[in-house]
Amino acid sequence: MNRETTQESCTQPTPLQLGDRTFRSRLFVGTGKYSDAETMNAALEASGCEVVTIAIRRVDLKAGENLLTQLDRDRYFLLPNTAGCFNAEDAIRVCHLSRELGLGDWVKLEVLGDKKTLLPDPVGTLEACKTLVDEGFKVLVYSSDDPVLALRLQDAGATSVMPAGSPIGSGQGVLNPNSLSIIIEQLDVPVIIDAGVGTASDVTIAMELGAEGVLLNTGIAAAKDPIAMAHAMRHGLEAGWFAARAGRIPRRRYALASSPTEGVIGE
Amino acid sequence: MNKIDHQLPDKGIEVHLNGEPHLLPFNCTVSALVRSLPVEPTAVAVERNRTIVPRSLHEKTILEPGDQIEVVTIVGGG
Repeated sequence: MNRETTQESCTQPTPLQLGDRTFRSRLFVGTGKYSDAETMNAALEASGCEVVTIAIRRVDLKAGENLLTQLDRDRYFLLPNTAGCFNAEDAIRVCHLSRELGLGDWVKLEVLGDKKTLLPDPVGTLEACKTLVDEGFKVLVYSSDDPVLALRLQDAGATSVMPAGSPIGSGQGVLNPNSLSIIIEQLDVPVIIDAGVGTASDVTIAMELGAEGVLLNTGIAAAKDPIAMAHAMRHGLEAGWFAARAGRIPRRRYALASSPTEGVIGE
Repeated sequence: MNKIDHQLPDKGIEVHLNGEPHLLPFNCTVSALVRSLPVEPTAVAVERNRTIVPRSLHEKTILEPGDQIEVVTIVGGG
């Protein structure tokens, strides 16, 4: 039996080791798109997450409500993203601003290549990753599901490579399990599946593939009941983590009886 | 662009703040600008002409006509 899942430890997944930090939850949750701060805070709590992603934007000069002023910052590890950046230079600039904001050296790097799919620009992503690592940032990098790019990002010093399950906000779940499982098998750094999650079973599937964690936002924030969905995502992650380590049965073409085949009456 | 164009003799100077033209009094510091915005002053980072102005220099840094200023903060995101 796998020692990680002996009976004593069969209550929750082990903590996630990322770089020099340990996180108690493997579910990373975004703070965008919530209708109000109360729902956001309740959903984050229900998800059990420790890491929350945030964005950096121009101060709204018209003083629109900023929900994040009501986030309990002491409870969470804030991971700033570079969402909305379409070239390496802008993404690096945002990371510098993040440091100036006192958010430390951890960043979720996104360099996007296309507004319709929001898929990453692999060249810009790799370029920005190299520069940021050289500057001492801990880079958790949003990637496509290309196994070669994932290796290059690891070589560039990424703390985690985070391939998309499917396009951001699309709710299509894991579209290419084959590529993702190759990435997971090949990389030494933790792989976190980022984006595309529509419902709890998508998180389970990602974890069953062997991912170390899942990052999602819209799947919770835009659900009809974000708090219930956050609860579901948390348990979906746990289910997948245990299943990945429990050793599933092989798939068979035909049935295999569960009850004894001998001693059936009337034989 | 000629910086003199942004000198407004009576009112002060014109800068670009977060991509929009913005009027400031003469000798306005970064600190004074930030305090005039609808945000907690400690929750922002400031770039002036694409270079970060560290918080420790906000009080000393006087803005000039035509400056391109970005004042950012954290918001919800994924």
